[in-house]
Amino acid sequence: MMDTLLDVEDLWVRFPSRQGVFDAVRGISFTLGRERLGIVGESGSGKSMTGRAILRLIRPPGIVEAKQISLGGVDLMQKTEKEMRAVRGQRISMVMQDPKFSLNPVMTIGDQIIEAYRQHNRASKTEAYAKALEMLEAVSIRDADRVMRAYPHEMSGGMGQRIMIAMMLIPNPEILIADEPTSALDVSVQRQVLDIMDKLVKDRGMGLIFISHDLNLVADFCDRVLIMYAGRIVEICEADKLNEAKHPYTRGLLNSLPRLDAPRDHLEVLKRDPAWAQAPSVSGRI
Amino acid sequence: MSMLDIDALNVWFGSGRDRVDAVRAATFSVAKGESFGLVGESGSGKSTILRAISGLAPHWSGQMVVEGTPLTKVRPKAFYKTVQMVFQDPYASLHPRHSVDQVLGETLHLHGFSDIDARVVKLLDDVGLGQKFRFRYPHQLSGGQRQRVAIARALAPEPELLLLDEPTSALDVSVQAEILNLLVDLRRDRGLTYVMVSHDLSVVGHMCERLAVMKDGAIVEIMGVETLRKMEAKHPYSQSLLAASV
Repeated sequence: MMDTLLDVEDLWVRFPSRQGVFDAVRGISFTLGRERLGIVGESGSGKSMTGRAILRLIRPPGIVEAKQISLGGVDLMQKTEKEMRAVRGQRISMVMQDPKFSLNPVMTIGDQIIEAYRQHNRASKTEAYAKALEMLEAVSIRDADRVMRAYPHEMSGGMGQRIMIAMMLIPNPEILIADEPTSALDVSVQRQVLDIMDKLVKDRGMGLIFISHDLNLVADFCDRVLIMYAGRIVEICEADKLNEAKHPYTRGLLNSLPRLDAPRDHLEVLKRDPAWAQAPSVSGRI
Repeated sequence: MSMLDIDALNVWFGSGRDRVDAVRAATFSVAKGESFGLVGESGSGKSTILRAISGLAPHWSGQMVVEGTPLTKVRPKAFYKTVQMVFQDPYASLHPRHSVDQVLGETLHLHGFSDIDARVVKLLDDVGLGQKFRFRYPHQLSGGQRQRVAIARALAPEPELLLLDEPTSALDVSVQAEILNLLVDLRRDRGLTYVMVSHDLSVVGHMCERLAVMKDGAIVEIMGVETLRKMEAKHPYSQSLLAASV
């Protein structure tokens, strides 16, 4: 039996608006063990909101409700904002979509990593510097000395994303939430970044929540996949059996992809059934 | 007869020490009614070629011929009636304070059409939007709907050559399928010629008959889509690109 790192039960994310309350996430439940869990769906399906809600990063007027979000038996919903700060980064880290917006443009990369490290650990500057170098090398950045002195705008997208991953991994978190970490990258670089994440997750026995809109990528990279539609989980399957998925929505998404090995005149267009949004969420708890 | 001939095209930005050669000696031609793809990583110069054709790149040398007419630095009005472009990001390429009606009406007016009202109606029907979208603003449309408006705007002057710069990369896969189907239908119905830029090999494989693989500003290989499907690319770079995307 796999030990459970994170247990989410009946999670709701709501945004009050002039037209009434909008439910972005509607009562989803899942657990995360030491595995790679993929969350896929279209834009607006609530996948990113799920990732943010776990870290309690949704600001008012947004409302997060859940029976529990427990991390190693402790409910995150009960924690104060101050206690949450010890969780964020330290125990659960998050890698965002675009490295251009998540790095400080007026600080060198070295200074940022050192700052992140010293935030969580008592260490002298020299120790922190050595640790930062070591982390950059762990994410296969050659010439780490030069990168430490460089500013974010001097880095390519792939480099930036690797730096973000390095920074997130320094406190050695138990769970890494990656929100579309490779969507802004080229295919060739995408592979490298995924390989690095994969290796780190395996070596450290971390749990990974991988949020993406790319079905093929998730099928390839994750162990288990949750498919979200309109704020609910419509289907859960083993990643290698994604091609045997049964739900019409998953099938529709898979069929709407152009394929090199099966040329067609017209791609299949997803026909949405209002019943999908009404059907209760499938539980992803083990 | 070929629609577009590009011969030894160079495009550069900056000068002196800061000069960047974005495209180096690119040569290819696209037949009338053909769909031609350009693939490569970001920074390989594929979008820059499209920008040079449409007149958005200030410094270029070499020869570009559209329908037998060599392009000059200053483009005649007839050029814009023949060549139109659809941009990558539908959120950035529409004026936020202009309604769909204004966007299309202005384009039609600039190209000297008189029956603007009837044409706006027809354009919206052609791209599958219908009348209820006519007086909406971009923020009232979804990404896919905006891209349809951008395509309608490109079709307004009745062009023959459409330059597509990653038309679906900002969209969800389900919406991508709708837009790609629309583009396939439009090409068939109107006999359009496409030059399409994409980083997604399967999209190019679906849309195009021939494609060029670019690396560091140079075209490394031009191949037919059959070669792509059989994974028989010759150049090592195209092979690695193929391997990475499958």
